[in-house]
Amino acid sequence: MTPAIRVANLAKRFGGTQALDGVSLDIEPGAFFGLLGPNGAGKTTLISILAGLARADAGEASVMGHDVVRDYRQARRALGVVPQELVYDPFFNVRETLVIQSGYFGLKHNDDWIDEIMHHLDLTPHAHKNTQALSGGMKRRLLVAQALVHKPPVIVLDEPTAGVDVDLRRSLWAFVSRLNREGHTILLTTHYLEEAEALCGRIAMLKAGRIVACDTTRNLLQHTNEHCASLRIDAETLPPDWQARMQRGAGGNWRYSFGDYTELESLLAALRTAGIRVQEMQLLEPDLEDVFTDIMQRT
Amino acid sequence: MSGLPALFYKEMLRFWKVAVQTVVAPVVTALLYLLIFSHVLEDHVQVYPGVTYTAFLVPGLVMMSMLQNAFSNSSSSLIQSKMQGNIVFAMLSPLSYLEFFLAYLGAAIIRGLVVGAGVWAVTWAFVPFVMPHWGWLAAYALLACAILGALGIVAGIWAEKYDQLAAFQNFLILPLTFLSGVFYSIHSLPPFWQTVSRFNPVFYLIDGFRHAFVGQSDADPWLGLLVAGACFVAISALTLMLLRSGYKLRH
Repeated sequence: MTPAIRVANLAKRFGGTQALDGVSLDIEPGAFFGLLGPNGAGKTTLISILAGLARADAGEASVMGHDVVRDYRQARRALGVVPQELVYDPFFNVRETLVIQSGYFGLKHNDDWIDEIMHHLDLTPHAHKNTQALSGGMKRRLLVAQALVHKPPVIVLDEPTAGVDVDLRRSLWAFVSRLNREGHTILLTTHYLEEAEALCGRIAMLKAGRIVACDTTRNLLQHTNEHCASLRIDAETLPPDWQARMQRGAGGNWRYSFGDYTELESLLAALRTAGIRVQEMQLLEPDLEDVFTDIMQRT
Repeated sequence: MSGLPALFYKEMLRFWKVAVQTVVAPVVTALLYLLIFSHVLEDHVQVYPGVTYTAFLVPGLVMMSMLQNAFSNSSSSLIQSKMQGNIVFAMLSPLSYLEFFLAYLGAAIIRGLVVGAGVWAVTWAFVPFVMPHWGWLAAYALLACAILGALGIVAGIWAEKYDQLAAFQNFLILPLTFLSGVFYSIHSLPPFWQTVSRFNPVFYLIDGFRHAFVGQSDADPWLGLLVAGACFVAISALTLMLLRSGYKLRH
């Protein structure tokens, strides 16, 4: 099957910075794919190359099998990009913006679809408002709508929820998830790792222009064998052997990090022997943030 | 279907929405020039026999307005889109560089022609030209707007800030238009400056356009047409080369 997005040995240099250093990546059609990495890791550069906003120094990229340079028209028809910056054209209102954007893709009678996306993004009441008069959240919605006017099979969202309130974030994710269920491939970059964890089936992590991890979200979460338990006990001090191995957390709870569950058994046994009663215990599973931090530190 | 009509429509709608600034204001400016210069010079200067100074001045003013507004349309649209970042909407679309060029060029030509027609209309009260040579008029008007429209695309792509665009306008476009014989015949200049003027392509545009109105000119209108045609081809080639390479538009 042709990947929705294929990137092979992509390299790009900006002045003295190697923004991308041999990145290869395949994203299957229908995937909800997360691209994570610290600022300057190369996420936006990668997206810019896919969108034709930047040209790679080496390597190849294609969207739905269409090379982004040689076959750029087909590649761009297959791709909808929600840019990171909150950009808009202050000369036009919401509807005009969407009609013009459709026109760029050669679509003339697109009003039904424009009405539908405006409805789903709650833009209908603002259809005749000048884009300049829209709130930040509404401008973001308009950017999403613009990316969708030509019904692209692949949608790229570059940090769509930066500076967006909770309501919009929820409705945006509901809408994007729906598009994904309907078969659209989604490529998402975000700094909100809990969003990536909840939404993305696969995740790639970029650091300094290289992919340092790429796997299903589930596998990545199992990547670290660190576990953590939080305990509340009825004593002020721990058995002497254990004092150095545990940390006092917020609210007087003790935190214990361990690799294997038998270590937790030993702790509980030691507490019982010392006559200390466990009043409450919680197991904290590693989340994507832990995995991300761990991978970024190790690589 | 091509995206060209949409980009052209967008460019037209853009200037039409602010027509007071993009059409009415230049017409008023030209009218002021006419009132002042014809008041001061009408009784003192006669450039061509049988042609009043006002009749000499009007075609120059019409042409100058067309030149400045055609340039202004493509250059300010591009720099605004670049500064505000919304140029990305066109960049993300399947528009080719040729379509991009034609859309911006087309809108610049229309804006130039609309302003030129406006200036001509308001000056009609002063100098009703009975029978201009329509062929010369159309050829020079179109070529002039096209050259400056294309030059506006170059300036809009090249400039990264408004003051760079203003420099382009103040140090290139304005001297070229003012020193091209809008207000005087180059035959009134010392020989050295006459020769210099003949290297200014805008001189041929104004001179040839005036020929369409008064039937007299400083240079052969066919030579002017050749110069204008060559300029258009050269500037268009440069513009297309820049657009094709993605210069300052795609990294």
